[in-house]
Amino acid sequence: MTSSTRRFSPWARMTRAQRENLNGHLLTAPTLLVILAIVIVPFLAVIVFAFADLRLVDIPYMNLGNIEWTLDNIIGAMESKAFWGALGTTIAYATLTTLGAIVCGLVIALAIRRPFRGRGVVRALLLVPYVLPVIAAATIWRTMLNPQYGLINAFGLEFLGWDRPIGFLNTSTYEVFGVSIPLTLLTVVAFEVWKTTPLTFLFITARLQSIPGDIEEAAALDGASSRKILTQIVGPQLRAVVLLLILLRFIWSFQSFNDIYLLTGGAGGTQVMAVKVYTELITRADIGSAASYGLLMSVILAVLLVFYVLLSRRKETL
Amino acid sequence: MSKAMRAPLPERTLRVVVIVVALVLALGPVLYGMVLAIRPFSAVLNAPLDLFPSPSEWDFSAFGTAIRDEADGGFGLGRFIRNSLLLALGTVVASLAVSVLGAYAAARLRYKGRGVVNGIILSVYLLPGIVLAVPLFVMLSRVGLTGNLAGLLIVYVSTTVPVAIYMVRNYFIALPESVEEAAIIDGCSLPVMLWRVVLPIAAPGVAATAIYVFMIAWNEYLFALLFLVQKRELWTAPLGLSQLTEISVPVTVLLAGSIIVTVPVVVLFFIFQRFLVSGLTTGAEK
Repeated sequence: MTSSTRRFSPWARMTRAQRENLNGHLLTAPTLLVILAIVIVPFLAVIVFAFADLRLVDIPYMNLGNIEWTLDNIIGAMESKAFWGALGTTIAYATLTTLGAIVCGLVIALAIRRPFRGRGVVRALLLVPYVLPVIAAATIWRTMLNPQYGLINAFGLEFLGWDRPIGFLNTSTYEVFGVSIPLTLLTVVAFEVWKTTPLTFLFITARLQSIPGDIEEAAALDGASSRKILTQIVGPQLRAVVLLLILLRFIWSFQSFNDIYLLTGGAGGTQVMAVKVYTELITRADIGSAASYGLLMSVILAVLLVFYVLLSRRKETL
Repeated sequence: MSKAMRAPLPERTLRVVVIVVALVLALGPVLYGMVLAIRPFSAVLNAPLDLFPSPSEWDFSAFGTAIRDEADGGFGLGRFIRNSLLLALGTVVASLAVSVLGAYAAARLRYKGRGVVNGIILSVYLLPGIVLAVPLFVMLSRVGLTGNLAGLLIVYVSTTVPVAIYMVRNYFIALPESVEEAAIIDGCSLPVMLWRVVLPIAAPGVAATAIYVFMIAWNEYLFALLFLVQKRELWTAPLGLSQLTEISVPVTVLLAGSIIVTVPVVVLFFIFQRFLVSGLTTGAEK
């Protein structure tokens, strides 16, 4: 393009800011279009469905004009034991997996922090559970925990003196020394911790690498113990990334479907919200009810998010 | 690191123990799955604890049985993999075409409404997939796109765009802006500049994002289950494997199938590990 044609095009007459504005809108248009069609419109539809008396068989005849509006779905959900049960299970599951993944990730990140020969390989190998397709991971775990030929039960029967195999994937409560524990829930928590620890470990490692080594070195020269260095210097530097990980991990495990569904199908007291939405939609063919569960789930997550934003804002002003 | 920083012996021992335990826990189950896949099913039933079968006992037939078509006495995993591959590659192309543009705007341009757009992208990233599954299932069956790979492709593109934008943006921000400015001053239009200047420099990062998007699409299960479960010939690899667990397929075949599905993503991941890790964790460093 020569400078003479440029001068006469409307493009050339725009200011730099105008041009940047137009370019920004053009470049983000495809993204927004895709999101509008597949996320925003469907989300509005969730809100509509949550207040509609709608079942799967109605789909072919459904349109906005003939929807029967009702509050029954929401009220039904709020009044049902199943909803509060699922919510409790989901919160327990999300809290435990978040804590577990962060503690494990932190411990491993600190252990692997100093350079040693083969560190790169070790780090890469530790990421395998995260990279593994969930179907493969679930198949392996189901085999491992199988009562007939699984490794864990075979080992327990042979060496730990178990008198019969344990159904890890379908036992709601299990007595251990007189205390009853939600065995299957803890099993899916262990699975999720196993699968997501690599990610928390990666984030914490990235943060650790950007802490300048000389502060610690100076502290060590001044005679600070390693424990003191860890709690007084490294700890505070990790606070932001750990807070972010708590938020992200909680949000993601709160909506977890694949892992639980593939391991237990919702059996053994692992009926979390996401599995509940699925069974309302497919097994009970009740769109209105499924949508109301989904909507309530999103509201809870949105409240959490707002809470987090407020919390981190206040931290900044302090 | 200097001598003064050398940790005392107990601490070093503790570290080694943590690393060894972590490695055993991370890799143990995967190795266990591999060992079982090469043992005959009857041997697994009789001696579940025999984890080191002698080479004479190795039996790779489960892999063939998993892959072969149903007509040849197999379980059709070969076809499921072809479906998954088509879907994942399609998702990569479409999702990156959209994301590269959006990411450049997010990285460099100060336009009106930028904050709102970024907020929308973030909230999409955090919105539960299961919530969208309900209306998408209804809407796509209304327009006849369930039981169809195209419908699934559209869903995969929209679910991968936010994370792809986030990653590509991180790579773009790391590029020197002066090169782009020079190209613009030389008379390049923005699309030409993006194609000829930005993309070639950012190629490793864009490739890493492509791998990540591929992995998401390759591993996806929920939407495949919702849209394709009625159409056996269109099952993706994860859906196919999960459906096979419902009927009585020998566990060795299921494990062989799991290994086959795993190998491509693990290999791709290791090749691009360095770029992937940096793209995923940028922003966590502050």
